[in-house]
Amino acid sequence: MAAARDGRGWGPAIVMTIYLLFLLVPIYWLVNMSFKTNAEITGAVSLWPMNPTLDNYRVILTDPSWYMGYVNSLTYVVMNTVISLAVALPAAYAFSRYRFLGDRHLFFWLLTNRMAPPAVFALPFFQLYSAVGLFDTHVAVALAHCLFNVPLAVWILEGFMSGVPREIDETAYVDGYSFPRFFVRIFMPLIASGIGVAAFFCFMFSWVELLLSRTLTSVNAKPIAATMTRTVSASGLDWGVLAAAGVLTIVPGALVIWFVRNYIAKGFGLGRV
Amino acid sequence: MEKPVNNRAWFLVLPVLVLVAFSAVIPLMTVVNYSVQDTFGNNEFFWNGIGWFKEVLESDRVHAALGRQLLFSAIILAIEIPLGIFIALNMPRRGFWASLCLVLMALPLLIPWNVVGTIWQVFGRVDIGLLGHTLAAIGIDYNYVNDPVDAWATIIVMDVWHWTSLVALLCYAGLQSIPDAYYQAARIDQASRWGVFRFIELPKMSGVLLIAVLLRFMDSFMIYTEPFVVTGGGPGNATTFLSIDLVKMAIGQFDLGPAAAFSLIYFLVILLISWVFYTVMTAQREVP
Repeated sequence: MAAARDGRGWGPAIVMTIYLLFLLVPIYWLVNMSFKTNAEITGAVSLWPMNPTLDNYRVILTDPSWYMGYVNSLTYVVMNTVISLAVALPAAYAFSRYRFLGDRHLFFWLLTNRMAPPAVFALPFFQLYSAVGLFDTHVAVALAHCLFNVPLAVWILEGFMSGVPREIDETAYVDGYSFPRFFVRIFMPLIASGIGVAAFFCFMFSWVELLLSRTLTSVNAKPIAATMTRTVSASGLDWGVLAAAGVLTIVPGALVIWFVRNYIAKGFGLGRV
Repeated sequence: MEKPVNNRAWFLVLPVLVLVAFSAVIPLMTVVNYSVQDTFGNNEFFWNGIGWFKEVLESDRVHAALGRQLLFSAIILAIEIPLGIFIALNMPRRGFWASLCLVLMALPLLIPWNVVGTIWQVFGRVDIGLLGHTLAAIGIDYNYVNDPVDAWATIIVMDVWHWTSLVALLCYAGLQSIPDAYYQAARIDQASRWGVFRFIELPKMSGVLLIAVLLRFMDSFMIYTEPFVVTGGGPGNATTFLSIDLVKMAIGQFDLGPAAAFSLIYFLVILLISWVFYTVMTAQREVP
């Protein structure tokens, strides 16, 4: 292991093991519960399922009121990611390449939206989207999440774009490329990893958010996260299904995290690391 | 290298401007509108001036929530920042183990916030949770539903669990930028471990560390979902932080006026901190 080469001994390995255990044990407990029957969960505490069962997952994957929650969440999350990237790409290019009237103020104003507490926006959003007839639609949630995802995407993309030398733009223009053609054919492939990272973080922050998505939906676009909270308060009993639903919400992030592992800090640091 | 001035760049930012104006400015104007008016129902509003602002600024309930919020954010920062630095210093530098650590550490950051709440709600229960059960088994009287101290402890441990990795990952990125030559020079000078940390690692991390502090402060300052799922703001009001209180006021009781005034004050505080954040970030960029 690297520890030995650094001459740091085994101390770091022990520290990391303890920390990772601290992180993983609560998640393991949820996974563990999701494979148990309710009788076993409430009966006795055991470190692994004595009679592993897939019934909890079967409930979720066969009951529309459960699995539609995932479909709804995925729908608005994907919509939000597409919208955020589509508007953020040209804006990030403008911020990274030009100075223009009010650019700094605009950049700052975008940041304040990323920092704005969703609680402040919950009620006005509810009224706004009710007024324009978008309440309980996927579009409403997708647009609402643009509040914090567009600024995030602009900041991350601007960080990546500033790493591309400006000579490339100039050469392309000299070669007779129009701006749109240059942007799509040459520039976007150059920052492909940046676009991927921005997409990942838009996807993620929209996926983990609950307050706005719950406020803006009732039935048709209800996200999985809201479906879960209702179940807890209504019965408070079906722990197995609740755990299985929780585990399934962790899966999307866990599946793609390996691909962005070298950019995690950049994404969470708003592109400024 | 100086960027060229080109006001036509405005066309490129126009879509963002329109979208964010729709999703931020219009709603905020509604809030401003409510904050200066009163109503007896029936959609009839009349001018109330700064009445609501006065009420909110003088309200014991808001003061108490603000006090809890500041205490919470302070505790969170005091634990997560040093712990995050410590973890970053102990992470493997490169190779497979470094990648594995990165991925596993990022895992809590990717879990939906209410599921984070659910995980800890279950984990801490005395009857079915490993943590609650273990504490009960070794004779500690632990009950986060009824005991304010236990509720606070649970929420703080949960937040440390959830977000320390963010601080660690940012610091780790800062550490990665230190060339090996620095360490070799330190070895030749026979610098102590503390000396290496104090004079090489800490200065190199200071930039990312500032970002980490500000991000953690902002996000903990508007925490809502996780404590809401675990304790619902209770027992009593013991864990009712600003956002929880605001949502209770706005959507629970539908007190539009006070809630709107509260929102604006809350937002101004955030604006102030954002400004500090922005100044720090842009200053950093222009130095190198």
